[in-house]
Amino acid sequence: MSVILERRPTPSGLMGWLAPVLALVMTVAASVLLFLLLGLPAGAALHAFFIEPVSSRYGLAELAVKAAPLIMIGVALSIGFRAQVFNIGAEGQLILGGIAGGAVALALYPVNGWFVLPLMALAGIAGGMGWAAIPALLKTRFGANEILTSLMLTYVAVLLLSYMVTGPLRDPDGFNFPESRLFQSSALLPRILSGTRLHIGFPIAIAIALIGWVFLSRTLLGFALRINGEAPRAARFAGFNSGRLVWVALLIGGGVSGLAGLFEVAGPIGQLLPNISPGYGFTAIIVAFLGRLHPVGVVFAGLVMALSYLGGEAAQITMNLPVAVTGVFQGMLLFFLLAADVLINYRLRWSGKTRSITSSQP
Amino acid sequence: MTAEAIHPGIAPGSLDQPLAELAGISKAYPGVLANDAIDLVVEPGRIHALLGENGAGKSTLVKILYGLLSADSGTLRWQGADVTIDSPNTARRLGIAMVFQHFSLFDSLTVLENIALGMGVDADTDLATRIEDVSTRYGLPLDASRSVFELSVGERQRIEIVRCLLQDPKLLVMDEPTSVLTPAEVEQLFVTLRRLASEGVAILYISHKLEEIRVLCDTATILRSGRVVATASPADESAASLATLMMGENAPNGSSLAVSAPSSQGRSSLLRVNDLEVPASSSDAQSLSGITLSLVAGTITGIAGVAGNGQDELLAVLTGELTLSGLGKIRMGDTDVGELGVAQRRRLGLSAVPEERLGHGAVPNMSLSENAALTGFTRRGLARGGWLRTGAARHFAQEIIDRFDVRCDGPQSLAGSLSGGNLQKFVVGREVLQAPSVLVVSQPTWGVDAGAAAAIHAALRELANTGSAVLVISQDLDELMQLTDWLGALCAGRLSRFYPTASLDVQQVGLLMGGANALEGMESRA
Repeated sequence: MSVILERRPTPSGLMGWLAPVLALVMTVAASVLLFLLLGLPAGAALHAFFIEPVSSRYGLAELAVKAAPLIMIGVALSIGFRAQVFNIGAEGQLILGGIAGGAVALALYPVNGWFVLPLMALAGIAGGMGWAAIPALLKTRFGANEILTSLMLTYVAVLLLSYMVTGPLRDPDGFNFPESRLFQSSALLPRILSGTRLHIGFPIAIAIALIGWVFLSRTLLGFALRINGEAPRAARFAGFNSGRLVWVALLIGGGVSGLAGLFEVAGPIGQLLPNISPGYGFTAIIVAFLGRLHPVGVVFAGLVMALSYLGGEAAQITMNLPVAVTGVFQGMLLFFLLAADVLINYRLRWSGKTRSITSSQP
Repeated sequence: MTAEAIHPGIAPGSLDQPLAELAGISKAYPGVLANDAIDLVVEPGRIHALLGENGAGKSTLVKILYGLLSADSGTLRWQGADVTIDSPNTARRLGIAMVFQHFSLFDSLTVLENIALGMGVDADTDLATRIEDVSTRYGLPLDASRSVFELSVGERQRIEIVRCLLQDPKLLVMDEPTSVLTPAEVEQLFVTLRRLASEGVAILYISHKLEEIRVLCDTATILRSGRVVATASPADESAASLATLMMGENAPNGSSLAVSAPSSQGRSSLLRVNDLEVPASSSDAQSLSGITLSLVAGTITGIAGVAGNGQDELLAVLTGELTLSGLGKIRMGDTDVGELGVAQRRRLGLSAVPEERLGHGAVPNMSLSENAALTGFTRRGLARGGWLRTGAARHFAQEIIDRFDVRCDGPQSLAGSLSGGNLQKFVVGREVLQAPSVLVVSQPTWGVDAGAAAAIHAALRELANTGSAVLVISQDLDELMQLTDWLGALCAGRLSRFYPTASLDVQQVGLLMGGANALEGMESRA
């Protein structure tokens, strides 16, 4: 009895959507195995990781707080990935959005007014776009690979934030701590659920997912981006300028990531710190692929990945597990997703005879 | 065909024992007999041409000889002894070497390292010395320490040749070696090959370029549809008689010069290309030179030629996928379109059907509705104010499906799920229904069944009858003879003059395809 991997005549559409579910199931199973190996009661650990964080109103609100940036960035990255533009530097664009938006709040301090937040949002978008414009320029002018340039710029962004909070934007009354002053009240995102940290970023993230969906399926530009990803020669044949599409894809990713960064500093954090994101920009890459690069799928994927952050924290507190458990969970999910994706193009066949695994090329 | 043109068997003159004797070699693929009882005798010290059109069975035959394919039947004798060549390794041990049309080199490694890898030996100074010996002896200048990515296509080919020569071959097989070379490199290659032959190496030279074969080869075996149709001595033949042997005589002969050109009086030229030069954009692209072309309203113009002679580049430069810097080369009516992109040219009425349906003319993983919008968004108003009009696109797709009898499950079917013929009908229909004033079509019926081909031909003729100008770039001579009003040919990036199709016979088209620019004593235009 052996298993043969056999190429499907056409890719399976059903598997396209089942693969993430399969990956999730396998991740949970592997987590159980991991907990058992660590000598922990698997049931209790699973409860702590997956159930406890969302069993209260506060927990659900926290889930939405964490999901908001993941969904926003995941949708924006999906648009780029659909066009085969691989912006891996959303984390850096998020940080630049936070710096730019936060700087506006601090510059206006202590002015309060309705216009403060919109100005901060515009500055955040511009900051993220500006950071993403660098790989776009390098790609279109010199053919530099955007995967490398955008990723490397992330580390520059981290250092820039460090410089800002220890230098120009440091709290003058903060005893030399590397952080800015706390933002004035009108520079903070309105909370929408009392007793929780849930802010308007979450409904905006859902709106962005809907806009992204309409953009991809109904606008000429979204159409051009999809064609560019599916068949670049056909995009040229249709008359779409591929350089322009690279710019559009990167600016969308950068702008939305920047806005997400601004939402972090103006939302849950309320000031600029040396570290404003637990890697949302990188996790959003997993979110985008887990959500099948479809804005609606990304919403669900964002919630799942947000749970991994909360579950990791809860497991730290109740089970004494290290913080790395979040990274392990996210890594396993991506790993199993990539493995399950094989089933889109291949199917398993059980064979009575003992034979080696074969795969037939098309 | 004259009796003198054919020399059955090998001309006597060599006292040597034949090097290789292939007898009754047959090889069938599903639906096609690629080799049909082929006999071939290769003698040492001779340059032996294997001549035939694409698909005549040349490559299949040499792949059998080199052990890459096994024959269904037939025998192979090497230096008088029966042999079975089951792999390229066996072939190399016997002394058979082959230079392929596509090279297998690692760009980032040096010449020395590439040769060492191919031979399975160490890249040491000993090998470097041997490379230098061989390359000076045969006039193949090569710097063994340079990386392959720095080298021209001609130099890369030299690596492959040197790699073969280092193994002291008795038979060197060359598959279309000059298709990638400049004229000067061709000259140099010929010197090398003659030198090798004079030392007793047999060379099997595959080509469809008639002039080359006439100057280079001692013997030519001509294949057509998988069979040996003649063996000739190329020096005694004209390019025209070789073309006749290669393509058969299923066309009227040269006595039809009296046929007058299709009337183009009072009709305007809708697209004019004037002495266009385009340098090759990459090492595997063909440069274009001296392209002069005029497409007249109401006519179908054809360009014949074997693939790879600049057809893709010509299509790209006409459609605007490749834009020119500088004016005065391509005009549509009074508008200079050389610097305009695809969408702008399409708005002016220039549409195209590329050769490759999947991935170029259509997106396989998208629905027919979306594929209808791929080009329809400009001339059919399927996009307005940046929004895609999905309902209108679906209607347009349905209209194409109905008018061109495209067999599918409706506008939502994926383009990739259609058969080749149906998808081609869809792509041609999409462009024809946008009523372009100029339509450029590349290989319109390539890989398409007869029914679909007839429907596509009818659509193109109908479009021309409405006053549009149609340009058909094709390898299929029957199609061009049947469909076009004017006919020219593209060879090595150069375009011949154009002749009224009715005044040409297949032999003359063969001459044009082989690189002749003009035919004597015939009415033509650029």
